[in-house]
Amino acid sequence: MDSLIDLLPELWIAAGETLYIVGLTLFFGGIGGLLVGLGLYLTRAGSILENRGVFVVLNLLVNIVRPIPFIIFLAAAQPLARTVVGTGIGNAAIIFTISLAASFAMGRIVEQNLLTVTPGVIEAARSVGAGPIRIIFTVLLPEALGPLILGYTFIFVALVDMSAVAGYVGGGGLGNFALLYGYRQFNPVVTWAAVLLIIVLVQLVQFLGNWLARKAFRR
Amino acid sequence: MPAPTPVVELRDVSKVYLPTTRGGAEVVAIDKVSLTIDAGDVYGIIGYSGAGKSTLVRLVNALERSTSGEILINGTDIARLPERELRPVRLGIGMIFQQFNLLGSRSVAANVAYPLEVAGQSKETRRARVAEMLDFVGLGDKAGAYPDQLSGGQKQRVGIARALASQPGILLADEATSALDPETTSEVLDLLGRVNKEFGVTIIVITHEMDVIQTLATKVAVMDQGRVIERGDVFDVFSNPQQAASARFVSTVVKGLPSSSELAVLRRRHPGRLVTLAFRDSSVDQARVFGEFVSAGVTFEVVYGGINEIQGRSFGHLTLALATPGATDAAADAAIDAALDRVRTLTTVTEVR
Repeated sequence: MDSLIDLLPELWIAAGETLYIVGLTLFFGGIGGLLVGLGLYLTRAGSILENRGVFVVLNLLVNIVRPIPFIIFLAAAQPLARTVVGTGIGNAAIIFTISLAASFAMGRIVEQNLLTVTPGVIEAARSVGAGPIRIIFTVLLPEALGPLILGYTFIFVALVDMSAVAGYVGGGGLGNFALLYGYRQFNPVVTWAAVLLIIVLVQLVQFLGNWLARKAFRR
Repeated sequence: MPAPTPVVELRDVSKVYLPTTRGGAEVVAIDKVSLTIDAGDVYGIIGYSGAGKSTLVRLVNALERSTSGEILINGTDIARLPERELRPVRLGIGMIFQQFNLLGSRSVAANVAYPLEVAGQSKETRRARVAEMLDFVGLGDKAGAYPDQLSGGQKQRVGIARALASQPGILLADEATSALDPETTSEVLDLLGRVNKEFGVTIIVITHEMDVIQTLATKVAVMDQGRVIERGDVFDVFSNPQQAASARFVSTVVKGLPSSSELAVLRRRHPGRLVTLAFRDSSVDQARVFGEFVSAGVTFEVVYGGINEIQGRSFGHLTLALATPGATDAAADAAIDAALDRVRTLTTVTEVR
């Protein structure tokens, strides 16, 4: 317990780093996921930009990336991280790799959320002359807003999960803190402190997500 | 009288869906349909589900693209127009749907404003037009409400306001009342009638509900297996259908000849002779027909049928049980035959056995 009190400054720094990693990956992965999801939705058979080739490739890509355990994906994608963000280690590399993995995971969720929009509503928009871009921004995304918010809340937990292994490539965060000061020093109290903080964080975000989604649903 | 101007003209239009599996058969949804709809018409398209009505109406605003043939909207062939060039065409054609298809994320006013946004109209123009349309459909007080807070009938009124916001000359109604209860249906039909009369909008209604045609349409086309098998004035098609499929359809609302099962029931109660008489508008004088039976000493009882009214004209079939009280069998038959011969000069008589 005493050692935990000594480690408190490190704990807060680690919590800050987790928020930093998760916040940025939610942003980049969120945009990536939206693009992948829209791509899947719009090019599927019978949709407004039906394109079998694009759909098959995207679908295959999502199915290949999603099942890879993240810790292996992190190692496998290291050369790519080096090329894109200039380094294979540290927070920059972990943020890039999580964003990439999250784009595909989120893409599938976005696709499913968009499928909840009644096709008739899209038909109604087409019937007044709306084009694909306008339909995406004025019909698809607003109509699916409630489910999308819940989808992003769901992916937030996955991001916290993925950020926990950042320590393997020299990144920080609560996962790294728990491994470094708790697990390796045989101090379960420290580990549990990190776990507790993660639980509180996830609860807060889930609460916020539910509240926002309820607002979007009620309108 | 000037010749009517066609606003929608289909010439030999077909829609064929390619097989979904290798070696599968093509599906011909629309089979060489030609149809002319004049300005101011309320044109009904009827038929059982799967007959191709929904596909046909979607060819008019190119939500579905035709495989062959010409589709003329105000004289311009849109069948081969690329998607981008369809926008002005679609702004001239409003559409309402069975499930209303309102945007749940937008208020009633914003739903009605949607086509105007697409048309690129200014905010002031939009606001004025939305207020005008909501007043027209009687929902001026619901502008700020969301579709979820409205009843089915109110949703369809919003649908109508939205469809007419861009002042289209043509309105397509795809089973617009099929999800509504009978009372709400007649309110919406009244509203559509006003749309036609007050704004001069040409309306194409697809429906499987005959009363929609009966109260609203001026002309009607009957579809079966992707083809238009019969068309004409509603009165003519209803009172005297030429095709078996049309007759079957008409008989769901208009009682014509009794079916064999109904006949069996009638037979049990009326052992004498049964005849069905056709009455069609003013061409048949009912009083004279019944007068012939009376003067021949033949009593009659109406046992089946009914008289219907379409656009102020009436028609129908009545099945009578005939008897001659007090006469022998042979004499009775002779008296009835004589009476029927004279009635035949007045109207169509079908002896039902």
